[in-house]
Amino acid sequence: MNWVALRMLTGDKTKYLGIVFGVAFAALLMGQQLAIFCGLMRNTTSQIRDVEGADIWVMDPSVQFVDDVKPMNENMLSRVRGVDGVAWAVKLYKGLGQAKQPDGNYQQVILLGLDYDSKDAEGRVVGQPRAERIVVGDWAELSRPDTVFLDEFGWSYMYGIDTPFVRGKTVEINDKRAEIVGLVKCNPTFQTFPIMYTQYKTALNYTPPQPKQLSFVLVKAQDGVSAEQVCANIEERTGLVAKTNDQFFWMTIGYYMVRTGIPINFGITVMLGFVVGCAIAGQTFYLFTIENLKQFGSLKAMGVSNRRLIRMILLQALVVGVIGYGIGIGGAAGFGVVFEKFVKGSPPAFYFGWQIPLITAVAVLLIITASALLSMKKVLFLEAGVVFR
Amino acid sequence: MSVAVIDLEPTADAPPTPDTRAPAIALHGVTKSFGSGDTKINALEDVSLNLPYGELVLLVGPSGCGKTTLISIVAGLLDPTVGEVDVLGQNLTRMGGTRKVNFRGQNIGFVFQQYNLLPALNAMENAAVPLLIAGWPRKKAVEKAARVLESVGLGSRVKSYPNQLSGGQQQRVAIARALVHDPKLLVCDEPTAALDAVSGRTVMGLIRQVAVQPDRAVVVVTHDSRVYDFGDRIVTMSDGRIEGVKVPEPGAKLAADH
Repeated sequence: MNWVALRMLTGDKTKYLGIVFGVAFAALLMGQQLAIFCGLMRNTTSQIRDVEGADIWVMDPSVQFVDDVKPMNENMLSRVRGVDGVAWAVKLYKGLGQAKQPDGNYQQVILLGLDYDSKDAEGRVVGQPRAERIVVGDWAELSRPDTVFLDEFGWSYMYGIDTPFVRGKTVEINDKRAEIVGLVKCNPTFQTFPIMYTQYKTALNYTPPQPKQLSFVLVKAQDGVSAEQVCANIEERTGLVAKTNDQFFWMTIGYYMVRTGIPINFGITVMLGFVVGCAIAGQTFYLFTIENLKQFGSLKAMGVSNRRLIRMILLQALVVGVIGYGIGIGGAAGFGVVFEKFVKGSPPAFYFGWQIPLITAVAVLLIITASALLSMKKVLFLEAGVVFR
Repeated sequence: MSVAVIDLEPTADAPPTPDTRAPAIALHGVTKSFGSGDTKINALEDVSLNLPYGELVLLVGPSGCGKTTLISIVAGLLDPTVGEVDVLGQNLTRMGGTRKVNFRGQNIGFVFQQYNLLPALNAMENAAVPLLIAGWPRKKAVEKAARVLESVGLGSRVKSYPNQLSGGQQQRVAIARALVHDPKLLVCDEPTAALDAVSGRTVMGLIRQVAVQPDRAVVVVTHDSRVYDFGDRIVTMSDGRIEGVKVPEPGAKLAADH
């Protein structure tokens, strides 16, 4: 009877395609909006992911998210280094500079000043991008004064997407000369500002002098000691706030979730996708059932039990659900591919991790279940004698 | 067209042959009520009736007299409010839901007024449905259905869809569907109502051929006086009661008095 159920479903091509379309539309809208939302939220944490090598970020207690820098005294570095469980600790400068554009306008840039006075256990500069991220240039050139590495998108943003990279190009940052010696791949930022890597002391040079300059202290936990324990030790000993990479990641996302309208707006769109999907799929499925009510009644009269009818309807719902979901989520993923391929010079805010298809699948399951239940009610309580009328 | 001989092969798992000395259908004081209080109506009022095997019984009467309710109860689709119903030697009144569904699927064939064929299935697939319900493999079911369709004169139209068939052809597919699983009881609701005179008589002729079997019974609800001469027994109903049971003389026609 499964075969009969599927033939009944596909026999009415208009309704069948209508139901599939409803589910596909819902899956596409929900998947795409969720992916954009997650991409945007991830972009708020891009510097946390770009600054490599450390386990822990130590900051002023009033910091709410990674871009909310509250400078500290530089002696905090020594205090952190003295905490139990700390393998090493280095300084990080994070701030904004004004870069002068060729047309005379100014562009805000994110400055990341890495501590060249202290290295990690392998002798690397903490925060230095791994080799695969270096697009062009030699990282060792950052040892020279007044040199910076610029992110790929930043170059396109400042000089045009079709402008080839010119090593040694100079730029003025807050009226101080900087030489761009290489390009690096960075995660796109929420603000879309270009990102410049340089030495800690060079970064301080580019920004107005302040009593406190230290943005963050980056820490590595000793082997055998958990990063969370070291965070607790640092907070207890210094009164500062210490967060692991993951904790800081979610703290930053949490700030944007709570303090901006982004989640609400995307949430509304995702809900709309869900509701519209339910409405189209549910209504069309219901109409399909109503139009086949006599046939269902005949099947009941001929000896099909209610349990079997339920299985038939669930199978029909499952088939349209799977097909619609496949089309919709494929379309959502395709959107990301097209966006990345054809929209050049603009960092994509599109995250299509496994969570997106999973959440969308759950939503589609709810849609088809609701549609099936609506139809089932009509069929199960149908008196078989109605076929005689 | 001349009526072909219907040659049905008994299914390997067909139910055992019933005791044909007992009535095929026996209703004992059956009353069926709908609603309650001031809105209560009795669709059937204290109906007692015995119908034997091997006969084509016509159930006639004006609209609303209870014919459809009666055959719904006989087919196990409705339960009586009062009284007992025996069909093919089984007490339907005391039968549980699942047993009744299985009993219906194995023993009763239905021919509906509006045919109720599945539009997405072709003729032989439609005719095979009762076998699919019984769990037959699709290939085997469709093969048997094709042979039954051959018997009702539709051998050349087995792959046609309902919308490609005339009313009479669709009703013949419905008859094939009703017979494919070798039922002992055939219940037909106004089988000729949607057909012209010639098609109607052809359909009744086919139905008549089944009733000739000593171990089968056929009940036909009809308004169509043109087909009264096909009946072995005519049960007249009015206001939920049996008015009379007549056995027509061979060749005689009875005028509809409703």
